[in-house]
Amino acid sequence: MERIPILRMGDFLLVTIQVDMHDRVALALQDDLTNRIVKNHARGVLIDISALDIVDSFIGRTLANIASMARILDAQTVLVGMQPAVAITLVELGISLPNIRTALNVEKGVSLLRAEVENNIMERDANYDI
Amino acid sequence: MADPTGVTVSTISRLPKLLKIHEAQILKVWMDEQLASLSRRAGLIGDAELRAQSKNFLSEFHKATQSGSLEDISGPQWASAKALLADICRSRAEQGFTPMETASFVLSVRGPLMDRLQQEYGNDAAGLAAEMRSSNLLLDKLALYTAEVALQNRETIIKRQQEEMLELSTPVVRLFPGVLALPLIGTLDSARTQIVMENLLQKIVETEATIAILDITGVATVDTLVAQHLLKTVAAARLMGADCIISGIRPQIAQTIVHLGVELQNVATKATLADALFLALQRNGFSVQRLAKESAGAK
Repeated sequence: MERIPILRMGDFLLVTIQVDMHDRVALALQDDLTNRIVKNHARGVLIDISALDIVDSFIGRTLANIASMARILDAQTVLVGMQPAVAITLVELGISLPNIRTALNVEKGVSLLRAEVENNIMERDANYDI
Repeated sequence: MADPTGVTVSTISRLPKLLKIHEAQILKVWMDEQLASLSRRAGLIGDAELRAQSKNFLSEFHKATQSGSLEDISGPQWASAKALLADICRSRAEQGFTPMETASFVLSVRGPLMDRLQQEYGNDAAGLAAEMRSSNLLLDKLALYTAEVALQNRETIIKRQQEEMLELSTPVVRLFPGVLALPLIGTLDSARTQIVMENLLQKIVETEATIAILDITGVATVDTLVAQHLLKTVAAARLMGADCIISGIRPQIAQTIVHLGVELQNVATKATLADALFLALQRNGFSVQRLAKESAGAK
């Protein structure tokens, strides 16, 4: 079965979805990603879906789940490169992914992720001080 | 002629024969009546054109009555007469006639025609009554047909204008690098929201904007449906990585939104487009400053 590759970039994990997201592929990604976050002590996950033309409610929900799981494992998720048609479809399906940060492209996504993670570390340090 | 329903015409109608013999005479009387009529709009249509229309209609009417049924105008014999009427209708609509006036043009031939029938039948009251009944029904159908064509014409015009409006009414403007504005005007229905959304998202991709300002100054009323459409657009833009600010909220609209219980908590809202632009610049890390030179010049 085809799997979506997960690349490591320092503290971040980069996932570029280049194939059709079948349900099983999506579930495998969810599985792999959570494992990799723990293994690599990743602080952030960047999911690039610029090659994704079609989404359904299952894929939308899976993306939301992946973000929530990453959150629990103390990693921020940023979703980048969504196509206009995909955005419209998701909104029409009632999936607005309120808990995921989004950015237009990978470049902006990385800078957003850096800011988020730094912010997070600073917040945590502040908490330790108390 | 055998009548399939067996209700109206028991004897053969003399209308076709009458038209054949007296067509020119009827046309002359009809023209005189039309030219003398109070409701004639001399400014809209010239005498020559009116005469041509009347002559053509009468000859087509004549031809159709020779071959076609007098009860049913849906047959092929009436096709060319109906085409002519549709033509007249179109040209008259362009000249500024109302559908009623166009229909009365057809109905006005009744007078001269009935006079002829009366002369033809003389003292045969029963025959005359039957003939008048059938001819009246026929003319009514033709007049109604023109009214229908006029309505259809209008509907096509309205439809075309609506489409043009849709295309024209959803511009996306670039206010500043990274800041888009979307001045919404008119009513926001689902069809327009769809186009607005598509335009906006496309523009976000093109300009790499991070903030989009939806300005609803020109939106007449905001009800729950419009608010829902706005929120959908906001959600879609957010999925593309752009934040939205809703601006141009008039006091009345603010009251309506609160009374309707619409939740706008997650969206930044500003009273004016200027405020929204200021917020957008701030979020992008810009600050606006008056040049020192200008303040020195003011002294």
